[in-house]
Amino acid sequence: MAEVVEKEKKEPLFSKKNLQVIKDPLDDNNPVTVQVLGICSALAVTVQVKPALIMSLGVIFVSAFSNLIVSMLRKSIPTRVRIIVQLIVVATLVTIVDQVLKAYMFDVSKKLSVFVGLIITNCIIMGRLEAFALGQKPWPAFLDGVGNGIGYGIILVAVAFFRELFGAGSVLGFKVIPQWFYDHGYVNNGLMVLPPAALFLIGIYIWVQRSRNQKLVNVS
Amino acid sequence: MHNNRYTFLYAIGISIVTAIILVLTSENLKPLQEANVALDNKKNILKSVLVNSEEREVVESQYNSSVEEMVLNSAGEIQENLNVDDVDMKKEVAKEPSERNLPLYVYTAEDGNKSYVIPLRGVGLWGPIWGYISVKDDFNTVKGAFFDHKGETPGLGAEIAETPFQQQFEGKMIYNDEGEFVSVNVMKATQKADIDSENRVDAISGGTITSNGVDEMIANCVKPYLTYFEKLKSN
Repeated sequence: MAEVVEKEKKEPLFSKKNLQVIKDPLDDNNPVTVQVLGICSALAVTVQVKPALIMSLGVIFVSAFSNLIVSMLRKSIPTRVRIIVQLIVVATLVTIVDQVLKAYMFDVSKKLSVFVGLIITNCIIMGRLEAFALGQKPWPAFLDGVGNGIGYGIILVAVAFFRELFGAGSVLGFKVIPQWFYDHGYVNNGLMVLPPAALFLIGIYIWVQRSRNQKLVNVS
Repeated sequence: MHNNRYTFLYAIGISIVTAIILVLTSENLKPLQEANVALDNKKNILKSVLVNSEEREVVESQYNSSVEEMVLNSAGEIQENLNVDDVDMKKEVAKEPSERNLPLYVYTAEDGNKSYVIPLRGVGLWGPIWGYISVKDDFNTVKGAFFDHKGETPGLGAEIAETPFQQQFEGKMIYNDEGEFVSVNVMKATQKADIDSENRVDAISGGTITSNGVDEMIANCVKPYLTYFEKLKSN
């Protein structure tokens, strides 16, 4: 609900400020840390940076194009079945992403396993379709999808960066913590590879974000 | 408000359009996907004999040059008319051991030592688990093992797919001191049982059902091969 209220304040309908549309979800209206959507996959695919990156790209693709398609169809979609139509559009795009990953990035697709399919149920995507794409022209809708996808991706990659760094001592698979540390008793943090670590990190992220961005404090 | 007729036609229309798109995507990508699955199997077979390669060409060439595929029957005879790709492990493990077709991969290392790789298939907590276990040419010592799963709990049951769990199998024995087949047992580290340390590995805390699944899977899948191994031993 907070999302709708907030948008009316900052994004009047048919606003020409397309840049605002794409920038908003990165910080002020971030889907993960402000709207607290899409947490499930944020916990699951952030053990390493690479799957998090691929997952983010998948979500950006799906949210951008589902927004675009739904926005193009918005006048023809019968109101009574609009959720189902949205779902079909999203599901088709997600299936395509899944198939492409299986064909070209098999290892990553094995790691992401069910979470690619679960992009369908990612609240961010349906939320943007209902709240934005149904009432906006295709171009702003597309940008909104890209923005929200990136907003989600930033959090995913940020969380994954710290989890991989402290959990495995590497980033993107490259060892960054030198062997010298291990020889002197440094140990990887086992908690970091377990899902709760993602929750802590997202919590810390929200904390830092709110202490820097006063707008958010007033909203909630 | 759109009328019912429009709504129905719209729903049917969009279903057909998306269905066509999906069929085209899936048909076009299928060859690539199947190649990936086949490559993954080869990679996993090599992993079970402790050969780790990631590159497609390397895996293909290593596999082709060092692995021999065959399908046995329960009497330990090679079935010339069957190819390992024709055998569906899911169906085989559901059969009585005496009726199974038994795929076997024989790996010859550069020094000429042979390892026998047995495909495994069983059930974990949430879905199927599978893997490969390789036995050295004394037909007793385990060279290595590889496990994977469809959807075990990350951090618990899913640990079977991780190196620390799999490494435990290296050097274990499938026979006990008396020469009886006891398999490699997956059990709690503290569990008291009349099983020697070379016949057991530590289960995963919090992943008991998956661990038991691995335990049963190994016993169930390895046993039918013993006839063939006995034959080779006596030659």
